[in-house]
Amino acid sequence: MIRNSASEMAAKLAAGETTSVVLTQAHLDRIAAVDTDVHAFLYVDTEGALAQAAAVDAKRAKGEKLSPLAGVPLALKDVMAQKGIPTTCGSKILEGWRPPYDSTVVANLKKNDIVILGKTNMDEFAMGSSTENSAYGPTHNPWDLTRIPGGSGGGSSAALAAFEAPLAIGTDTGGSIRQPAAVTGTVGVKPTYGGVSRYGLVAFSSSLDQAGPCARTVLDAALLHEAIAGHDPKDATSINAPVPQVVTAAKSGDVKGMKIGVVKELNGDGYQPGVRARFEESLELLAKAGAEIVEVSAPNFEYALAAYYLIAPSECSSNLARFDAMRYGLRVGDIDGASAESVMNLTREVGFGKEVKRRIILGTYALSSGYYDAYYGSAQKVRTLITQDFTKAFERADVLVSPTCPTTAFKIGEKANDPLAMYLNDIATIPVNMAGIGGMSLPSGLADEDGLPVGFQIMSPVMKDERMYSVGAALEAALLSKWGAPLLDKAPIMGGVR
Amino acid sequence: MSSLSRDDVAKLAGLARIEMSEEELVNLSKEFTVILDAVARVQEVAGADVEATSHPLPLRNVFRPDVVVPSLTPEEALSGAPAQEEQRFRVPQILGEE
Repeated sequence: MIRNSASEMAAKLAAGETTSVVLTQAHLDRIAAVDTDVHAFLYVDTEGALAQAAAVDAKRAKGEKLSPLAGVPLALKDVMAQKGIPTTCGSKILEGWRPPYDSTVVANLKKNDIVILGKTNMDEFAMGSSTENSAYGPTHNPWDLTRIPGGSGGGSSAALAAFEAPLAIGTDTGGSIRQPAAVTGTVGVKPTYGGVSRYGLVAFSSSLDQAGPCARTVLDAALLHEAIAGHDPKDATSINAPVPQVVTAAKSGDVKGMKIGVVKELNGDGYQPGVRARFEESLELLAKAGAEIVEVSAPNFEYALAAYYLIAPSECSSNLARFDAMRYGLRVGDIDGASAESVMNLTREVGFGKEVKRRIILGTYALSSGYYDAYYGSAQKVRTLITQDFTKAFERADVLVSPTCPTTAFKIGEKANDPLAMYLNDIATIPVNMAGIGGMSLPSGLADEDGLPVGFQIMSPVMKDERMYSVGAALEAALLSKWGAPLLDKAPIMGGVR
Repeated sequence: MSSLSRDDVAKLAGLARIEMSEEELVNLSKEFTVILDAVARVQEVAGADVEATSHPLPLRNVFRPDVVVPSLTPEEALSGAPAQEEQRFRVPQILGEE
């Protein structure tokens, strides 16, 4: 049962073939069996999950009208505030902190009776592409435990691939939903910026951060997308417009007559042969399904990575100033006569990891007077150029596509001491965040050279998220009929449970 | 070529309120030489005629009705406090002795 899709589980619940308590317990058992190896979870809320499941079962027994995913379990990235549940963001500075409120995403999950199993591991404050920057140790890729599950949301992607949860929440600032999805053979969607509320999402880079759904199928992602999306008065940057019809799009999967633009600059040199082969094959399948493939050019994308590593650290240096040891979280060195400043300095030294410090210092530099125009100011201009490239490209195509990442999952430790090599992972995902548009990654097969999953990225214009679901569903269906079984069936079986 | 000396990093760490060991200061200064070279590329295309984008949405002055809604109780607001006293956050000394 745990290998079913979320929609299959929902159907079984609706038909009375199982209960949410049974389903939730099955996932808790699975977590107990495999998570010592995978380390996807930082906290498992056994009691809370079972109580929530029992409450849904009671509602169903009374004949109440329930939402489509009611009773289905989910794994929550530890960057999302959940009332009374430890929320660490993968950082020592928040160890033991229990938020006194729910983020809007969590409130929406609860409203939809989606059962929250626990909190998943992540790179500290979502800064990283491998989950190695978690203060609580790395997460392992279920396809090969010596490899990274992507990042920053590697706990969420690994939980899906290891069948510890059929649904998960991620957040994506430069690719943190899509890259983990790509390297674990799962589906991840970064909605249009402002499509899902950021209230209660612990901020890293406010103009780039966006929460979104993670799942094993495109339809499951769409169902979760609709459950969490929508206008929120608590987030001033939340878009006040109807949620795109992503479920309808995912159900139809119709791409006839659609123009699909291949971004010339997001392919070629630096992309692994197996990644390119799977990409070409997916394009052929989409053409067979009735789409028209065109080539588009986005000349300024080559500057996106540089601009991102100025904008994100700048915003992070400002956002993380709130961790000052005064109102919540860690406090170090509070001895008689110590000044507030020395307590802050000592707390932040102990509480933050290497990558977080690196970015705070970089951002502090980029924003300092004398360097502001040359660095942060120039990066903001590049942001304009990237957005213009997208606007032009979307005049010629309904969606744009590329490989999600240049390579498959690398080994844990391989890039840990080379920040620039690590940053290159996000080269194809970052432009989407800069322009605030939608992006999806879905599995396109395994690379011949290493047998590891490859991701296919679909990008759609602002608030046209339904388009990436149409294309994603069409490609997923074509690949499924080619493979004869879901890609994850090829992953190693863990914990002896089939 | 951009670079940051060990003293530059120490000054930035002070501004960012992060205590740093000598080793960290030296390592970061080395890393920044490489990182700054890579990010300085943005200057190649950022001409005077290009407008800056600070945010992806064209939103300005978002308001909501001024209605009182429930908020955290003092107990909830203080629930994560490292130290508290008389329903207030207790913080280390902020002002000097003089």
